[in-house]
Amino acid sequence: MTDLKTTPLTALHESLGAKMVPFAGYLMPVQYPLGVLKEHNHTREKAGLFDVSHMGQVILRAESYAAIAAAFERLVPMDVLGLPEGRQRYGLFTNAAGGIEDDLMFANRGDHLFVVVNAACKDADLARMKAALEPEISVEPVLDRALIALQGPAAEAALEALVPGVAAMRFMDVGTFAWQGAELWISRSGYTGEDGYEISVPEAEAEDFAQALLALEAVEAIGLGARDSLRLEGGLCLYGHDIDTETRPLEAALGWAIQKVRRPGGERAGGFPGAEAVFADLGGAAPRKRVGLRPEGRAPMREGVVLYASAEGGAPIGTITSGGFGPTVNGPVAMGYVAAEFAADGTQIFGELRGKRAPVTVTPLPFVAANFKR
Amino acid sequence: MKYTEEHEWLLVEGDIVTVGITAHAAEQLGDVVFVELPEVGTEVAKDDEIVVIESVKAASDILAPLDGEVVEVNDAIVNEPSKVNDDPEGEAWFFKLKVSDMSPMDDYMDEAGYKDFIG
Repeated sequence: MTDLKTTPLTALHESLGAKMVPFAGYLMPVQYPLGVLKEHNHTREKAGLFDVSHMGQVILRAESYAAIAAAFERLVPMDVLGLPEGRQRYGLFTNAAGGIEDDLMFANRGDHLFVVVNAACKDADLARMKAALEPEISVEPVLDRALIALQGPAAEAALEALVPGVAAMRFMDVGTFAWQGAELWISRSGYTGEDGYEISVPEAEAEDFAQALLALEAVEAIGLGARDSLRLEGGLCLYGHDIDTETRPLEAALGWAIQKVRRPGGERAGGFPGAEAVFADLGGAAPRKRVGLRPEGRAPMREGVVLYASAEGGAPIGTITSGGFGPTVNGPVAMGYVAAEFAADGTQIFGELRGKRAPVTVTPLPFVAANFKR
Repeated sequence: MKYTEEHEWLLVEGDIVTVGITAHAAEQLGDVVFVELPEVGTEVAKDDEIVVIESVKAASDILAPLDGEVVEVNDAIVNEPSKVNDDPEGEAWFFKLKVSDMSPMDDYMDEAGYKDFIG
């Protein structure tokens, strides 16, 4: 494991007794002594601290935000230009076939665009942005900052205790704050379905800042195991599993992320990779769709489980792309792709588990209602 | 008490062998969320996969350690899988086998051997 990268919080994880595993080229905590179930429940009830420093932070600059936005819209089907200063939005990099190269967050920071991408894709994303945008836009990875997520109903009070002012932020607001002389870039967002924040902190102060949060009664360190069950219950996609280069945004039920202004008839329609293929799926034309799935009984159905229309015979109609036990739901939950005719809520289909088919119900996402402060 | 390389513990009382998983195995599995046990009366052969156990992380199997007949199963762990983490070497036994030929027991490890095995 010597070639695995570490984060500014690796030593802290180890001192807390985390079980460390390789993830996207990094040595990351999968769980702490509390265990995945209790870590999950703690985040839903109080506040969980997650090290997401493995994700890529990138800054795009040019002579104006409008210039950066116009250029960035060549890579994503989102309204970047219309995003107000101090606001963040969910986005997707598409490819020529309309498939998803990565999902990301981008924020209008006034004089620059701040982008956060997945760890496993960050080298490719950086290369993509540089190739498409330089030299008119400067594309610089932020390599000297940690990224910490604080999630859960007690996140607001916890962070406000350290960083006065953050309680006034609304979901998807971004801002610059200070903590003991360190400049923090904070967004009110996350990937658990809970209210919370994502905090970019200089690496030199990262461990002290994390320790200060962990010293608060409500805050526990939470590993990747619980992060996965939290985002699954929240109906949120995991790149490389629920979405990938072969899935198009409307198949992935991510059409909401494509604003009107970029759709046919919009002022800045198209102009991103694969626009034609993406638009061909509009109006319910996508041949398959990502749906929520509730297996009957208690046996989890995991990634790779094949789905059928009936209890016996017939060709597969889909596959599970993420699945497991949902601690808050207190039962198995999954997401997957099914042929469009089986995608309606309440449709009963079957998943094949250990050679036997068991009933599965197509269920609206998320499984656990989002708790955002809008 | 005897131990298998599959991290089962085996307790012999007369011709009945009670089978569970070790504390080490339970810790490695993480929080157990689902257990499927064989039906009472099932005739099993050594190394048959007769139990499915799912944790928050993954699914795994438990193999029959000997040929025999399942004479009792512990429904308490089906109803409350977390018992497997709470008391793996006590209350959370999995099943009892009635065994006619105990000779394969000699191949399994004793406690000292198992401790060496898990290092």
